[in-house]
Amino acid sequence: MTGTSYRELLLLALPQTVVVLAGLIALALDLSLFRNSTNRVRFSAGAAIACAGSLAAGCCILLSQTHGAIQTFQNGMLLSNPLTHLIQIALLLLAVLTILLSIDSTFTDHIGEYILLILLATAGMMFLVSTEDLLLIFVSLELLSLCLYVLTGFNKHSVHSAEAALKYFLFGGMSAAFLLFGFSYLYGLSGSTNLVRIAAATEGSVMDPLLMVAIVMTVTGFGFKVAAVPFHLWSPDAYEGAPAPAAAFIASASKVASFFIFAQVMVLGFAGTAGNAGWNVRAPGWAPLVAVVAALSLVLGNVAALAQKSVKRLLAYSAIAHAGYMLLAIVSHTQQSIAALLYYVLTYALTTIGAFGVVAVVEHQTGGDKLSDFAGLSRRAPLPSMCMLVFLLSLAGIPPLAGFFGKFYLFSAALAGTTASLSLLWLVILAVAMSAVSLYYYLQVLKRIYVEQPPADAAPIQISILSQIVLCLIAAIIILLGCAPNLLLRLIQNALNAIIA
Amino acid sequence: MLAWTIYVSFLAAAVLLLLPENSARLARMIALIAATAGLLIVLETLATHHSGELISVAHIPWIPSLGITYHLASDGISMVLLLLTGIVAVAGILFSWNVEHRTREFFALYLALIGGVYGVFLSFDLFLLFVFYEIAIIPKYFLIAIWGSTRKEYGAMKLALYSFVGSAMVLIGIVAAYVVAGSRTTSLEELARFPFPVHFQMWAFPLVFVGFAILAGLWPFHTWAPTGHVAAPTGASMLLAGVVMKLGAYGCLRVAMMLFPLGMDPWGFHILFLNSWRDVFALLAVIGIVYGAMVALVQEDFKFVIGYSSVSHMGFVLLGLMTLNRIGLDGAILQMFSHGVIGGLLFAVVGRMVYDRTHTRDLAALEKLHLSKVIPFAAVTFVIASMASIGLPGFSGFVAELQILIGAWRAFPTAALLAGIGLAVGFAYTWRVMQKAFFGSSALAGDSALAGDSVLAAPAVHTPPPPITLPERVGAILLLGASLAVGLYPQMLLNLIIPALNSPLFEGLRKASWQ
Repeated sequence: MTGTSYRELLLLALPQTVVVLAGLIALALDLSLFRNSTNRVRFSAGAAIACAGSLAAGCCILLSQTHGAIQTFQNGMLLSNPLTHLIQIALLLLAVLTILLSIDSTFTDHIGEYILLILLATAGMMFLVSTEDLLLIFVSLELLSLCLYVLTGFNKHSVHSAEAALKYFLFGGMSAAFLLFGFSYLYGLSGSTNLVRIAAATEGSVMDPLLMVAIVMTVTGFGFKVAAVPFHLWSPDAYEGAPAPAAAFIASASKVASFFIFAQVMVLGFAGTAGNAGWNVRAPGWAPLVAVVAALSLVLGNVAALAQKSVKRLLAYSAIAHAGYMLLAIVSHTQQSIAALLYYVLTYALTTIGAFGVVAVVEHQTGGDKLSDFAGLSRRAPLPSMCMLVFLLSLAGIPPLAGFFGKFYLFSAALAGTTASLSLLWLVILAVAMSAVSLYYYLQVLKRIYVEQPPADAAPIQISILSQIVLCLIAAIIILLGCAPNLLLRLIQNALNAIIA
Repeated sequence: MLAWTIYVSFLAAAVLLLLPENSARLARMIALIAATAGLLIVLETLATHHSGELISVAHIPWIPSLGITYHLASDGISMVLLLLTGIVAVAGILFSWNVEHRTREFFALYLALIGGVYGVFLSFDLFLLFVFYEIAIIPKYFLIAIWGSTRKEYGAMKLALYSFVGSAMVLIGIVAAYVVAGSRTTSLEELARFPFPVHFQMWAFPLVFVGFAILAGLWPFHTWAPTGHVAAPTGASMLLAGVVMKLGAYGCLRVAMMLFPLGMDPWGFHILFLNSWRDVFALLAVIGIVYGAMVALVQEDFKFVIGYSSVSHMGFVLLGLMTLNRIGLDGAILQMFSHGVIGGLLFAVVGRMVYDRTHTRDLAALEKLHLSKVIPFAAVTFVIASMASIGLPGFSGFVAELQILIGAWRAFPTAALLAGIGLAVGFAYTWRVMQKAFFGSSALAGDSALAGDSVLAAPAVHTPPPPITLPERVGAILLLGASLAVGLYPQMLLNLIIPALNSPLFEGLRKASWQ
């Protein structure tokens, strides 16, 4: 290795640096200038700084895209290419949406800290998606996770929040241990922390017991992160206990980053040891393992969601089910299915953030997120109800919303496969069957909102203009991406083509 | 031009949602105008293209990298069903004129459903067809769950889940077909030319056929239909029976049979006397015909009688499709039209003319009310409609069912005989319900006060029901006129259907098993 060029490093990491700086400025101003202002003013100021910072970071990314498309630093320690740019911009957008939707909330007085944590987590995710190196993957994953633990427990007045944070922390710590253990074996096997070199060193040695341990440990570790069955136990409690905006952030942005890096590690790092999960061409490797995890997530997530009374828990189980769909794309791991995965996870993240936004509104007004708290919402708050309709139907995969195209593309890409076409038919059939189940519980929520009468003493719900605008904006994006999927699909496919070329 | 049927419906639905809360009159007018506009557009197109040729309406790339195009087109079969949709949509709005609860939302959902239905009939791209097919599910759910009656939430959820399970099966089939054909195109025309391997068609055909046939009321997947129809408000049950069940039958023909004709070939072995999927579905269709009629014979709820009769009549459509001969297929498509207008009218009489006035659908209670004296227009309409329904010559039902029976006689003689029994039972239940509902014996009329269960019937006895309104009369005449016109001059529709069945699109089907 030659001497490190700090200038190059700084240029590559400029967007992340900007985000962290924005967070620090927000914290500093909140603790000094706005110390005596009302929470509302402090939140608005913090959000403004965060938005400005994210915007600046986004500009940095776009500028670096114009000159010199693909750059790497120290053999993949830090990457900059069209794909990472796309994902980073998406992450920034999700972070901004989360912050904008939390402006109304009253769960905390530590506003500067809250904004800083979200932005730090965002920086962690941006590092996570722009590296091919195990070491940086682990470090940025930890940066992300630690911020999320704290965000989960941010509501000091709620014992559930604290419980959720503790549970999330314990499970997360375990998963980090698994992941690190798996990574250590990989390093031992290949003598490198770079994914591409690991793949070259381990190619063809599927039956090596050490590699098997590494695969199982890695899948376990990432399984926790993406809340796939049987590693999902933390997520319903964390979603339910966490303040709604924090839950939205965990369910959206962190899902995007985790799935991206999961796919990256599996596809790049275990390139030669995938095996095959097809019903007619079985071969040992990580694909069958992930296929089993996907199948379990699909079944358990959808079935358990049927019984939920709390909308946040319902969304948590639906998130587990959606993790199953996305794992399906990882199992088939062709270029098309990775494109499908990215389309799916990005639209899913937007939808979830919107759904949690509506839950936050309801929770703020009625003090709960039980199904019964949503009764007659369409009469009390027509606009958010309409948005919720869009979000839940998109999650259920009803056209013409983004979720439908995501599912169609994902299923067709997974079926197309590389080796024998239709070999993943069993998993696709399971996924489609389970998506039929999912309509029931989404309709349960929508039934409360649209069919039932509001309680007699219910007043119209007061919602700030900003929240309404943000929710409508998200709903509009989801409808737009459903009607014209090509807008996003083209970006993803071009980015994938660019890095593969 | 034809594409505007879709756009007008969806635009009007959006406009309705933007109206202020209490603008029921305006909402009704807008809905009526939109539906009439749709009908006029279809009629205008029919006036210029009456030979059933393929008219391409819109053809633009939608998702080029996946080969998905926004391709709207119409051949003779589509035209027949578009015409049906236009007529039933207008009539349904006329019969929903008295909806006062959340009026604008009612008509917005109604029009969204209509837009989806137009879209399905106009799609010549598999992906697009599926999109419109699924769009129709959600409005149905809300129409029933919010404005329905008897066990409305149960009926609505059952309908939504059955539809969604059906469309999940269809989705598996079409995704697999898309992948097998090389993931290059979803165009129906191109896929119809693609030689799918026989072993693939052997499982894809039954999967997709059943997926669509669930919505067409194929026995034993029909159970959503009676509960859904009964729970639905009048306008929605007219749409359900009139056009939504046709979506299913249309999908069976347009997707399952057109793309996978070899799936109907013999298996090469026998299970009992069944030799192919074609035999299996013909058997199920016949069971549906006879079973639906038998169950209708013993119902005590007026609307359930009509609900089960829908299952029976749709059995004829599916039987006609499975005959695979020209006359049977002609008959099946005519029967879709015929049952659409007549079934819609029967539901209108039950739901709007009778139930909204007497607030009971119990045949025993209705027997005491002497409805033929009280609301003669309803009685006359019902008598004519039921005559049309049991196949009186001169109405569309006769032409359609006769052709299906001839076709079935050629293909499956036993099935034709059984279907004939179904017709006879159909005569019986129609007669029974007509007698009980409208021409109750006057000896019982005085006893109504004594009857223990007259709670439901009581209000109607004391206050005479309001007279039949103008919109109801117009709607009834529109539907009856359509049935009569087709019955007297079936060539009008056959001129559209026959060239469509002769088109290259159905070449695979003709080659595979045309007789």
